[in-house]
Amino acid sequence: MDETVSLFEATEVIQAQSGRGWRRRLRTLVTEPKIAIGGGFVFLLAIVAILAPYIAPHNPLDQDLMATALPPAGFAGAESGYLLGTDNLGRDVLSRLIYGTRIALIVALVAAGLAAVVGTTLGLLAGWYRGAVDAAISRLVDIWMSFPPVLLSILLVAVIGSGVTSVIAAIAIIDWTRFCRVIRAETMAQAQQDYVLAARAVGYRRLRILFREIFPNIMPVLLALVSLEMGIAVIVEGILSFVGLSVSSDTPTWGGMIAEGRQYLHQTWWVLAAPLAALFATVLSFNQLGEGLRRALDPVLRR
Amino acid sequence: MTNPILRISDLNAISDLDGRPILRGVSLDVAPGQTLGLVGESGAGKSTIAKALLGILPRTVRIASGRVVFDGRDLRELPERELNRIFGDQIALIPQDPLTSLNPGRRIERQLTDGLRLRRKLPWRQARIRALQLLEEVRVREPERVMRSFPHELSGGTRQRVLIAAAFALEPKLIIADEPTTALDVTVQKQVLRLMRDLQTHHRTAIVFVTHDLGVVAQICDRVTLLFEGRVVESGTTAEMLETPKHPYTKALIAAGPRYDRPDAGLQPVGDEIINALRADIVASDGRESHA
Amino acid sequence: MPCERISSRLTEEKVMPETLIAANGIEVVYRARRRAGRGEIGGVKVLHGVDIYIDRHETIGIVGESGSGKSTLGRALLRLTEVTAGSITFEGRNITHLPDSQIVPLRRRMQMIFQDPMSSLNPRRSIRQILTEPLLFHRVATDKADANRRVRRFFERVALPLSCLDRAPHELSGGQRQRVGIARAALLEPDFVLADEIVSGLDVSTQAQTLNLLKALSREMGLAMAFISHDLSVIRSVCDRVYVMRHGVIAEHGRCDHVFAQPKDPYTQLLIDAIPLPRIDPGWLTRGTDGGNQ
Repeated sequence: MDETVSLFEATEVIQAQSGRGWRRRLRTLVTEPKIAIGGGFVFLLAIVAILAPYIAPHNPLDQDLMATALPPAGFAGAESGYLLGTDNLGRDVLSRLIYGTRIALIVALVAAGLAAVVGTTLGLLAGWYRGAVDAAISRLVDIWMSFPPVLLSILLVAVIGSGVTSVIAAIAIIDWTRFCRVIRAETMAQAQQDYVLAARAVGYRRLRILFREIFPNIMPVLLALVSLEMGIAVIVEGILSFVGLSVSSDTPTWGGMIAEGRQYLHQTWWVLAAPLAALFATVLSFNQLGEGLRRALDPVLRR
Repeated sequence: MTNPILRISDLNAISDLDGRPILRGVSLDVAPGQTLGLVGESGAGKSTIAKALLGILPRTVRIASGRVVFDGRDLRELPERELNRIFGDQIALIPQDPLTSLNPGRRIERQLTDGLRLRRKLPWRQARIRALQLLEEVRVREPERVMRSFPHELSGGTRQRVLIAAAFALEPKLIIADEPTTALDVTVQKQVLRLMRDLQTHHRTAIVFVTHDLGVVAQICDRVTLLFEGRVVESGTTAEMLETPKHPYTKALIAAGPRYDRPDAGLQPVGDEIINALRADIVASDGRESHA
Repeated sequence: MPCERISSRLTEEKVMPETLIAANGIEVVYRARRRAGRGEIGGVKVLHGVDIYIDRHETIGIVGESGSGKSTLGRALLRLTEVTAGSITFEGRNITHLPDSQIVPLRRRMQMIFQDPMSSLNPRRSIRQILTEPLLFHRVATDKADANRRVRRFFERVALPLSCLDRAPHELSGGQRQRVGIARAALLEPDFVLADEIVSGLDVSTQAQTLNLLKALSREMGLAMAFISHDLSVIRSVCDRVYVMRHGVIAEHGRCDHVFAQPKDPYTQLLIDAIPLPRIDPGWLTRGTDGGNQ
């Protein structure tokens, strides 16, 4: 109520901004630096992952015992053809890195997606219907979150067996609670807003109000959370493959490469450095993307 | 007016974002111990003037020219150290929203004694006694209980009284009251207005009362300055402005308000011709300014 | 369904069949959600047995200070808040505990305008969507084209530029948003409109414009209106009858001119005295309240 409104504002014509609604919004989104840089890198990763067979210089599994422990280009003893050097088995680090991107992104997308779907649905229902539904779901979340995550993932892998599926399952099963909590809080906050009351006054049914009125306002938070979750998923995958719980040791993963690289750190430090850098850059990009999305989409309300 | 406590001369302020003028040659005087009503619709610039007088202008607003002479000294020429001694001490604020203006995590006694301990170097016990006296002056019931309370435990009226007490605590020469009763119930508003009047008489403080409510102005202000889009439209004593307004905009604003004593009068929207004429005036004088 | 007459509603002013909405003995309790063992603890009673009625085509005012329960009463009448006791009837039909499926068609006929046009318009929808969807939902419009036509006609009526239609609410000025709020209610061609503090916080000239628009619309469309406000002057200028509320009860009610000329309840007198008028009145400040803290 501290914003009084003047007649003169009311009769003024609002300056038309160029372009129609969604195109304009898309443009503002894409030019936001965090989204451009973060999103750009993620897009790049996706291309790399998809085109891996075509851009990887070597087969990641090929061992060349005549070319073991070669340093990356620019260092003494490097050989052309192995841009990032080779590991102690003569495998090309760059190719392994490129193929590792596939695992990382698949895990990121599917795990984050699953966690988001489950967590958001339950969060929406809990926040909107309140009462017994909320009590049950909140209790579930509380109990679920009291399990140590690492233990849970090890348990899962022991049951399902190692592999991409169990990694994805482990992440989704643990992290859906994060979504549930946040989305529930957001839903409750939105439910207090007058536009929800207005929707009820029109006579829309409760479920319709939840999905058609409230959910679009939850989207910014959700998108930001999903981006963050993808970063987390990549790290968790790294951890799991580091401890050997992820995919079989043949398929290259960044975490696996880090584990191997750690063993021969003093001889072949590049085997550790490359996947570490890739991990770092990827998570950073997801975080920036998420942060940028949150900032770009939210100010709609605050203007 | 001889020896006004505050004299603003030809103040011009510009927005750094788009170069838009926010204040256009504003001049006004406040006599010691008197209340000046600063009236206008939103965007008129009254908040900007209030903030300038308290040193809390947003960084995007820049004072381009003009003088702000307080107690004989031009505030625009003083070094920062001097200004810090004036703002919050000799010029105090009664803010608009009592809910958000008090720190929700600190008890009232802490917040009331802050200024006394910081600025007057009073030891805690003395400051607390003084704070209690202030609460009694603003006619708060159970002052001891209020002292020990947190803001959310008090009613809106009580919170506003606490803020008034805080404003008068350091015996300022000038108080800026920024719509202090807008958020209050009408019965509470009347009590608070009466309190402010009594305190002003007792402490001989000058008040700049920012408001958009002409009714409040009529009851509590000695003089009135009416603003429109940063420019002074008319000013004079309250009686002159309300009973014999000269400018058509002033007349229109008075006629726009609803009147319970005259239900068939009032609710006349301000005519477009008046606004257009005012705007044309502004454009013309802006043009003169930029060519000067 | 048998028509229920409200026997307690005896007044010397109106004939019963004209009544559109009537409420008797309304009590509303906001429950404090505490799961301490069984049952709920606490709960604030906001309305303590309120009787109110609104006739067709008339505009009533509900005035009170904060905590008086006026907003709650308004929402109770619209069945947007559950009543814990009492009955509400619409055109003689008891709607107090009507299930959702039967309430929905009635909703078209009783609409609401909100105080804050910023938060009452979904920030993620365009104005066009906000206005046309209810028309289609209630089948006031036959199809999208018809809905758009109606919206455009109304925009002309209230002098809103058509360019607003494809914008989001935050891109409009406050006065425009307020008029969109009015449009949303009026487009459904309701019988009754509840206006909840719709001019608080508006500049006096915008307030005048909005109130005049509302008065004109209500005349043209034959609306019954309940106008909630804390501002007695506004109520006086807009309403035929007034209900004065305090702490969840009706302190006084009657025709505006009677109540203002000769208030029966001291609280009403207090409220009237507390309004500062834009005229010189030296005794005003010291009259009435003793200046003590309430």
